[in-house]
Parts: sequence; C-alpha cells; structure tokens
Amino acid sequence: MKQLDDIQLLEAIEKYLAGEMSASEVVQFETIRKQTPEIDQMVVEHDMFLHEMGYYANRKNFSKLSAETFHSLYNAGEWAPIDEQTTKFKVIQLWSKYKKVTAIAATVGGFIALFTSTLVMYFSPSLNGSQVLQLSKAIEVIKKNQQVQGHILNEVKTKLPENAKLLSGGSGFLIDTKGYIITNAHVLKGNGAIVINSLGQELNATIVYADKAVDLALLKIIDSDFNQPKSIPYSIRKKTTELGEEIYTLGYPRNDNDIVYGKGYLSAQSGFEGDSNAYQIQISANPGYSGAPIFNNNAEIIGIINTRQKQAEGVAFAIKSSKIFDLIEAAQKEQTGEKTVRIAKNMSASKSSDRKKQIGDMKNFIFNIRSYN
Amino acid sequence: MTYLSINILKAEYNEIALLKGLANNDSKAVETLYKNHFSTIQHFIENNNGSFDDARDVFQEAMITLYEKVQSESFTLTCQIRTYLFSICKHLWLKRLQQMGKYSTPLSTQEESISVETDMEAFEKKDAAYAIMDRALNSLGEPCKSLLEGYYLNKKGMQELAAEFGYTNSDNAKNQKYKCLMRLKKLFFSQYNIGD
Repeated sequence: MKQLDDIQLLEAIEKYLAGEMSASEVVQFETIRKQTPEIDQMVVEHDMFLHEMGYYANRKNFSKLSAETFHSLYNAGEWAPIDEQTTKFKVIQLWSKYKKVTAIAATVGGFIALFTSTLVMYFSPSLNGSQVLQLSKAIEVIKKNQQVQGHILNEVKTKLPENAKLLSGGSGFLIDTKGYIITNAHVLKGNGAIVINSLGQELNATIVYADKAVDLALLKIIDSDFNQPKSIPYSIRKKTTELGEEIYTLGYPRNDNDIVYGKGYLSAQSGFEGDSNAYQIQISANPGYSGAPIFNNNAEIIGIINTRQKQAEGVAFAIKSSKIFDLIEAAQKEQTGEKTVRIAKNMSASKSSDRKKQIGDMKNFIFNIRSYN
Repeated sequence: MTYLSINILKAEYNEIALLKGLANNDSKAVETLYKNHFSTIQHFIENNNGSFDDARDVFQEAMITLYEKVQSESFTLTCQIRTYLFSICKHLWLKRLQQMGKYSTPLSTQEESISVETDMEAFEKKDAAYAIMDRALNSLGEPCKSLLEGYYLNKKGMQELAAEFGYTNSDNAKNQKYKCLMRLKKLFFSQYNIGD
C-alpha cells in the first residue's frame, strides 16, 4: 500500500511539474506541498532530475539525428576520406596542402624533413586495367632544407642514397628471422628498397627474387642496425581457408608510418575472374596495403593483399599463402649462392586469443616498404 | 543595376532560418549544415594529423554545441555559422591533439576563427551532467533502460509501453517504471553535485 501511495505521489509530482494539473488540483497540491517539507523536497529534487533528463533526451535525440544525417550523406557519396579521392585535380589540391603543412613544420622544427606522400594510385594495364587497382603507392620525395635564423638546428638522416628517387611503396612482413620479407612484386618498381618498421626505423634491404606473374617478391634486410628477432609470432598456412572465415590485416596505408589494423572476412575461394591463386576478401583496403599479410584468428597468414576491385567498395583480393612456399622454392633454385630461407623455422602462431595482444606482438614484424632507383 | 544589399540580407535571413530549423530538430536544416560546412572541417582535420573519422566525431560534437546554443532563448550568434562551427572544431581538435601529446606546431589553416572559450566552458559543464545520466542509464540493465528511454526520450505513453514490454495493464507498467526510476535517480544523484 505504501508503494502504491509513492507511485501516485510521483505521478502527481510529474503531472504538476509538467503543468498538466487543473487549477483546483494545483491549489490543492501546493497546499500539501507547503505543509509537508518532505514532499516539497521531493518536488524540488524531481524537478531538477526531470530538467537533466530533458536535457539528456534532447541531446541524445539530436545526436542521433546528426549522426544519421552524416551517414546518409556519406553513403550518398557527399564526401570521402582523402585516401579515396582519386581524381587528379583533388590529388593536386591535396598535394599543395600537404606541402604547406610540411613548410610550417619545417620552419618551426627547423630540420631537414623528408616528406613522402601518396600522389596517385597506380593502374596496371596488365591487370585488367580499369577494373582492378593495385594497392601500392607512387611516391614523390621532397627534401626541405629550411634554415631558422641562419642555422640548421637539427638533421634527420634517411637511409636512402643521395639523389635516390622513391618510386613506389607498400607493406611487407617477415617470414624468416634472418630478415627475409615477403611483399608484392608490384610494390617494388625500383631496383633498391628500404623497409621501415612500426617504430619508424629505416633499414636497407635488397630484392632477392620477384615473380611478377604471381605478384610476389622476396626481400632481405641487409643492415647492421637490424636486430634479428628470436621468433616470429605467426605462421603461414599451407592449406586453403574456409569461406566466411574472419580475417584481419596490418599494413601501412597512411603517409605517417602508423600501422593500420583492418578486419573483414573471406568472401570467395577464388580471385578476380576466377583466379585460383587468389582469394576474394571483404575488407576496406586502401593504397599502401599491397603486400600486407592477411591473418586468420589463429594468427596464421592465409594470404597477401594485392588488389581491390575499383567499383565495388570493400572488395579486395589476396594471393593465397601457399604461393609463398612456391616463391621460396623458385628463389632457391635460381639463387644457389643464396643462403637458404627457412620459412616456418622459429615461427609459432601467437597463442593469445586476445586480438590486441596478438597485434601488439605482430606489428614489429610488419614493415612499410619503399622502393627507389 | 543590382542591389547588393538584398543579397546580404538574404544570406543573413537564410542563416537565421537555418538556426531556427536546427533548434527544432529539422532534419533538412541539419543536412544543410553538413553539406555546407563538413568538408571545410574535414580538410582542416585531415591536414592537421587527423583522420576522416576524427573529422566526423569533431564535427558531430560541434553540431551538438551549436544545437544547444540555439536552444537557449537569449541565443545570439555574432558571426557566420561557418566561422562559429570552425572555431568550435578548432578548439576541440587542439584539445584532442594535446591529450594525445601530438600537438607541436601551430595548426595549419586559413579559416577565420573567433574565441569560443565561454561557450565551451558552459558546454563542458552540461557535458558532465550528460555523461552522469548516460552512465546511470546504461548501468540500469534491461528492461529498465528501454522502459525509461521509451518514456522520457521517445515520449511514449504508459499504455503503449505496457503493450511493448508485455505488461498486462498500464498499472503494472507504471509500477515497473516507478521502480526503475527510483533506481535511476539514486544512481544519478550519487554522482551529481547539486551545488555545482
């Protein structure tokens, strides 16, 4: 009975505060309110609560409206992230903006900055040209030599040889603790290569072997700064992978050498136009992802991203991981002098089921690749 | 001969109409604001260490700030909407960069901006109360959360809610709502400082 009274009392307070009482009810209610301090206190408190609740409701409803408006405009193609703006005009516009940022950074920091930026996506005519995009980057190097008050304050050195011209870039991953890295052949447009780890450290590398038909290449880090790891926290899957399996990737699609994580699923057992050497995957893949490993939930590499379909959003293709073994075999046949590459030695898939932990372990083994002449 | 003043007046009128629409949750007004101003913010954020998603989040917060500003009756906007939105976004983005420890150089922009410190302080206070309510509601669990949201956010009647939640009559629904509300108020006031 007590609770029923409480419910009625609250109902009355809400009615009163909402101004829904008749004039006589108001008079009656206000008399009770004056005579009973507890009720008066409840009215004050509930008024404050309703005020905050009203504010909360308004804001929540508006946030929803605003977010939905953004989404429908975004889906209608009103805007796209800069990475996806492909027309030449926009690229040039973008480039001039980046140049401005560099100039300001260089003025203030006062160092020789090496600045690279994505300029154009590369269309390969041999790969059914207009329908499939390779995901490597074409790169332009700008060296800024900015002096502050007549002095060079600091200097950042790059391992690129002097006068080297950066041509392309993408991602790659370690398959042997001795420093062997797998990437796409199309990522390497020049004769030389440097690789950059997730901490931003540059290392010199040589191109050991490349197979343009399969679009895979083998690099080796040759640099005294390279600390050979004891083991590699993932393995390479020899068998094919099931349809619908959840996958993820780590690569370098951005200009700032920050490694980027992406998640998706395997959407077909064959690649573009039925290519049996590839998988079709559903993942958001931007230029720079070329050569990035595709992992399954057991930290096994199942493929290497290399292309995406131009028209269909999120549709990308990956070379099957079994092709890595074929590539190593071919490389060893051709290069008898080359020390044997030992895939799967010292490789053990990270046992951790925690994705964040897995990624934390893996990211040091995935490299940003730059090729130059 | 053309009267330039008419164009100017018309522009001002359009902005006022737009803000009135915004105050009334008019989706057309919200859409127009996004269409007219988001790309400026996108470029600003993407050129200053941010991503497209950062731009989306910052702009969303600026829209909420503007929305709340136009709710108050004494509302006056002393500059163009473009300048106001940009100033808010700039303030928010600077703050976020500082939190990430990334801020080292002056932000690159050619946009005009005004000082929005006072507005932002007022907003941050309200923001704190909003966060307390949000936490309180989310820690209630179901069906309490949905029941109270149905009543206070979506303004549904007790009868409608009784049907939706499968209560035999609206008195049962009222009873349940009362219990839920008491729990919510307790959670809310345990963190909310009345003096503030």
